[in-house]
Amino acid sequence: MMGFVLRRVLQMIPTILAVVLIIFFIFSVVPGSFLTSLMAEGRNMTNADVLAQMNAQFGLDDPIPVRLWNYVSGLLQFDLGISYRTREPVTSVLGPRLWPSVQLAIAAMTFAAAVGIPLGFMAALRPGSLFDSLTMVTAVSGLSVPEFWLGLLLMYVFALQLGWLPSFGYQENSLRHLVLPAIALGVSPMALLARTTRAGVLDVMNADFVRTARAKGVSEPRLVRAHITRNVLVLVLTTMGLQIGSLMGQAIVIEKLFSWPGIGSLLVDSVSVRDIPVVQGAVLVIVLWFLVINMLVDIAYALIDPRIKVA
Amino acid sequence: MRFNFVFGLFLVSVVVLAALLAGLLAPFHPIMDADLMSSELPPGAPHWMGTDAQGRDVLSRILYGARVSLMVGVVSQIINSTIGAALGISAGYFGGVWDDFVNGLTNVMLAIPSLVFALAIMAVLGPGLPSLLIALGLTNWSWTCRIARGSTLSLKSQSFVLAAKAAGFSDWNIMRTQILPNIVGPLLVIGTLGIGSAVLAEAALSFLGIGIRPPTPSWGNMLTDARELLRTAPWAAIFPGLAIFVTVLGFNLLGDGLRDMLDPHMRTRRE
Repeated sequence: MMGFVLRRVLQMIPTILAVVLIIFFIFSVVPGSFLTSLMAEGRNMTNADVLAQMNAQFGLDDPIPVRLWNYVSGLLQFDLGISYRTREPVTSVLGPRLWPSVQLAIAAMTFAAAVGIPLGFMAALRPGSLFDSLTMVTAVSGLSVPEFWLGLLLMYVFALQLGWLPSFGYQENSLRHLVLPAIALGVSPMALLARTTRAGVLDVMNADFVRTARAKGVSEPRLVRAHITRNVLVLVLTTMGLQIGSLMGQAIVIEKLFSWPGIGSLLVDSVSVRDIPVVQGAVLVIVLWFLVINMLVDIAYALIDPRIKVA
Repeated sequence: MRFNFVFGLFLVSVVVLAALLAGLLAPFHPIMDADLMSSELPPGAPHWMGTDAQGRDVLSRILYGARVSLMVGVVSQIINSTIGAALGISAGYFGGVWDDFVNGLTNVMLAIPSLVFALAIMAVLGPGLPSLLIALGLTNWSWTCRIARGSTLSLKSQSFVLAAKAAGFSDWNIMRTQILPNIVGPLLVIGTLGIGSAVLAEAALSFLGIGIRPPTPSWGNMLTDARELLRTAPWAAIFPGLAIFVTVLGFNLLGDGLRDMLDPHMRTRRE
């Protein structure tokens, strides 16, 4: 088992390296820098001495291979560079943003699981019924709705009209602030979970071992609990894991809409002022989150499902 | 479910017609007919979907916005499908080092969420329509590539491909005339679903202010303005979002319907 875990960890390294290369090259090959964009915005940056000084300070004069080497060797020491905007180390810009993003991803997933799994389950137990059709309509709608529009509607109804919840912002340990963004972000994984659960349950219900169990007189509630649920659980947990992994990337628009101080809103803000080191750092965090969660899902999968060969 | 296909086709046709006939259907000019005297009017004659803060007709802006959304959706998906099919077919056909390389690249692309990747590219290229087409066209081809590769692998050893090889067809001709026509079905399905995601991504980027820049109307940037008006003019937020929803729903249903018709075994499965 340890060997499997180790191999799975090592497998991530080439992908991470490639991602680092891609985000490095996107931002170094293309002309136009933070400094020129500052001038384009009409700020008082036309002084050539100041420009040269800043170029030297951020190492922008060095040839690309040198900059790549500096960047990668910095990464190995958890040094992501210096923010152009705040002149702070990127790690200390990113640090405080991480927990709000993780909170939002977990809350959205909780909502998605609490609604999506029961919906899919009940729909599959009555295939072809009105409830089943309604669930599937909900699912395809949930996958088609722009989440930031849903967020706006939720804001309008629950914050502006009813006044039940705050319309935006973040407060530590405040569930009230978390509710609306989590629902808006959770609708699409909810829809996916409903679909996956339904498909999984339908598959298992037609399996031989369920027919056998039924034939030998297992009661319906026990059949659902012990035979179907257990087998669908692996599929559902995998889907949930993979979804949590991609939620941090999906959350950028929602974070921006609700002024949520996470990685996503930091990314958007840094993109608009071309604070490239922070953009690179934020993308890297989002990708790492995805890869690490995927790895954990794979490992958990091997632990739960004895059919998966670990050797 | 035949219903998915028919209803999806209906929704998509409505949106396509709206985009094509925007000039005829729109009661007002989407940009020039700003009139502060009639700002934030609720829906009613002659502004059937109300007006925004500058007194522009929301309906007219939605009709013109359909052009932007569809154009970005379709063109960027054509780029994605071309890249995905070319890489996938050649990887499956040639195998070896090239296959390993394409596989690795696909895994990397799957690890970077496409919206995040597009955002990063937009950061470099700056806002605007051409950058959007490039950013969205380069970042969402991995599923197409996987499917093209998988199908090519299973076709490669079939007798008609071997026969073509024996008859002296070049590799390029075999890929083009023997393999591509046989995988058009799945590519069409994933392409249709991809248009839906591209429309969503365009709206999201424009909403964030790094896609289509005002005053050109796009459903995404209409929602940016509407956010400020939520209390006084909620219709300015409701209708553009509804347009995005209906369009994406249309393409999703159409894609699902196509898949059900082309491959009954794949029913309701969706990655």
